[in-house]
Amino acid sequence: MSTVPLAHPRPAPARRWPTFWEFVLGVLVIALIGITFVRFSRGLGASTNLSDAFPWGVWIGFDILCGVGLAAGAFTVMATVHLFHLTKFEPIVRPTVLTGFLGYLFVVFALLFDLGQPWRIWHAMVYWNEHSVMFEVAWCVMLYTTVLSLEFAPIVFERFRMHRMRALLHGINTPLVILGVLLSTLHQSSLGTLYLIVPEKLHPLWYSSWLPLQFYLSAIGAGIGMIIFESHLSGRAFGRQLEMDLLEPLARVMVVVLAVYGVLRLDLLRHAGVLGTIFRPDYESRMFLVEFSLGVLIPVGLLAWERVRRSPTGLVVGAASAVLGFIMHRLNVSITGLERASGTHYVPSWMELTVSFALVAIGFAVFALAVRHLPIFPEHAPADHEEGALEHGRT
Amino acid sequence: MSYGLLLDTTRCIGCGACSAACKEQNELPLPIEERSTAYTWTTVQPSAGVNVRRMCMHCLKPTCVSVCPVGAMTKTAAGPVVYDAERCIGCRYCVQACPFDVPKYQWDRAIPVVGKCVMCAPRLAKGEATACASVCPTGATKFGDRDALIAEARGRLSREPGRYVDHIYGLDEVGGTSVLMLSSVPFAQLGLRDNLPHQPLPGLTWNVLSKVPDIVMLGGTLLYGIYWITRRRELVRRIESASAIRARAAQEHGRPS
Repeated sequence: MSTVPLAHPRPAPARRWPTFWEFVLGVLVIALIGITFVRFSRGLGASTNLSDAFPWGVWIGFDILCGVGLAAGAFTVMATVHLFHLTKFEPIVRPTVLTGFLGYLFVVFALLFDLGQPWRIWHAMVYWNEHSVMFEVAWCVMLYTTVLSLEFAPIVFERFRMHRMRALLHGINTPLVILGVLLSTLHQSSLGTLYLIVPEKLHPLWYSSWLPLQFYLSAIGAGIGMIIFESHLSGRAFGRQLEMDLLEPLARVMVVVLAVYGVLRLDLLRHAGVLGTIFRPDYESRMFLVEFSLGVLIPVGLLAWERVRRSPTGLVVGAASAVLGFIMHRLNVSITGLERASGTHYVPSWMELTVSFALVAIGFAVFALAVRHLPIFPEHAPADHEEGALEHGRT
Repeated sequence: MSYGLLLDTTRCIGCGACSAACKEQNELPLPIEERSTAYTWTTVQPSAGVNVRRMCMHCLKPTCVSVCPVGAMTKTAAGPVVYDAERCIGCRYCVQACPFDVPKYQWDRAIPVVGKCVMCAPRLAKGEATACASVCPTGATKFGDRDALIAEARGRLSREPGRYVDHIYGLDEVGGTSVLMLSSVPFAQLGLRDNLPHQPLPGLTWNVLSKVPDIVMLGGTLLYGIYWITRRRELVRRIESASAIRARAAQEHGRPS
C-alpha cells in the first residue's frame, strides 16, 4: 500500500494581508457568531422572517433541500466507480465524496439553526413515527452523514498513515457504498415526498404525486453538474487542468438525466392540465420558466453539442446553469409555490441569508483546507488515470 | 364514542366568550388576538358579514399526527388531537402541512413550542364539555357526540334550507373532522379551503413511505447484483491488461534497444 504524498506542498507564507475571499469569510464568520447569539437568545421570530403563515423559509429551501441535492454527486460517483466498476472515474471520487460530506455537514449545521429546539434532535431516534416523512428524512440525514464520514475517513487515515484503520474500512467498502446509494435514493426522494402532503397549498406548476422521482432525478443531474462546477473551481484555485476526459462523459450522463427529468416535468404538467399556463404573465409561471430554462433547456441545449462539451468554458457554463436551475426548483417548491396559498410574500431576513452564506463560505474554506492538507486530488496527471485506478484497486 | 363540536355562523353573535374561556382553561397569556396564534387557540373573526369561529378541526385522520417526526401529536379515541410539547423538536412540519393552518409556533420564544386547541382533552376526560361550548350563550358552539352532531346539522339544514349553504364543512373534508361547521355564506369566503380532497391527506405520503422497505430490499439486491456482474468484468479486464503489460515487457526485453 503506497501513500500518496500531499498534492500541493506549499511553504508557509510569510505574514501578509488577508486575501479578498479570506476577508469575506472573516466578516461572514463574525456575523454568524452574532446572529447565532440573536437566534438562540431571542428566538426564530427575532432572527428570521418566518411566521405561522410561512413556517419554512430559506434555511429549509436552500440549506437543506439544496445542500442535500448538491451532495448527490457523492453517491452517483461512488456507485459508478465501486458498484458499476467504471474505474476510470476513480480520480474524481475523493473530491466528490468530500463535497458530499461537507454538503451534509452544511445541512446538519443549518438544521441546528432552523429547528426550534435543536438540542432535542436526538428525539427522532427514540420517539418513532414511521408515518412521518420528516422521520425518514431525519434518519437519512443521520445515517448518510455517518456513511459519508466513513467514505471520507480513508483519506484521513491515509494522510496519517493509519493503515490498519484504512484496511478495516476497505473491507466493508462494498456494503458501505450500497448502503450509501440506498440512503441517498431514499433521502433525495423523501425531500420531494415532504411536499406530497400539501396538495391544497403547493401551486400546480410544482405539485405532483411524482415529486419524489422529480427530486431524485434532478438531484442526480445537479449532483453531476456540481462535480463539473467544483472541478472548475478547484482547478482555478489550485492551478489544475480540468479532467476533460472524465468530465465530458459525465456531462453526457447529465444531459440524459436532465432531459428525462425535463420531459417528465412537462408530461406531468400536461397530465395536471396546466401545461398551457406556463407562459402566463404571472409570478409563478415566470419563476417556472426561469427555473426550467436554467435547469433543463440551457444545460441540455448546450451540452448536447460535442463541441460545447469539449470546451472547458462551455462545459462549466452548462453545469453551472444546471446547478442554478436546480436551486431555483427547490426554492420554487419550498417558497414560490407556497406563497399564493399562504397569502403572504416571504422574503428572507438578512440574518437568514447571512447564516446561509456564512455556512456556504465555511464549506468552501474547509474544502480548500482539506485539498491542501489531505490527499484529495490524485498525484497522477489525468492521462495516467488508468494505471492509477489499477494501482488503487490493488490496495 | 367520539366527541366533536358543531359551529354555526348563523347563531354566533361574536361575543368572544369562547376565546376568553379558552384562555382561562388553557392558562394562555392575554390579550385575545385577532388571528389565531400560539397563545390564542380560538378566535371569532367577522368575515363576509358573519362571525366565524376558527379553531382546530380535530381531523379524524389528522395530517399533523402523520407528519410529526417524533409523534408529538396524537388523535385520542375521545376525539381531541393533543400535543406533547415535551417531545417536540420544532421542525414545524405540522404548521406547514395542516390543511386548516391550525398549529401555530411561538416565534417570540427562545425555547418555543407549538400552540393549538386540544379540545379541552382534560375536561373531556372528566366528562365535561369543552370550555368554549360550555360558555357559548347562543349555542353557536355545540358540544356532543360527532354522529349526533351530524344528525343535528342535517336537521338544521333540512329545517331551514334558506338559512344555510347546503354543506356541512368537516363531514368529508380530508376524510372528516371532529369539528363540523354550518354557514350562511360559502366557506371559501370565510377563509376556509374549499379545494380539500375527501381522502385523508396522510395517505399521500404513506403511499410512498410504505414502499421504503421494498426499495431497500430490491435496490440492495439489484445494486449488489450489478457489483457482482461488473466486478467479474473488471477482474477480467485487469488480468488481461496485466498480461498485456507482461507481453509487452517480454517483447521489449527480447529486442535489444
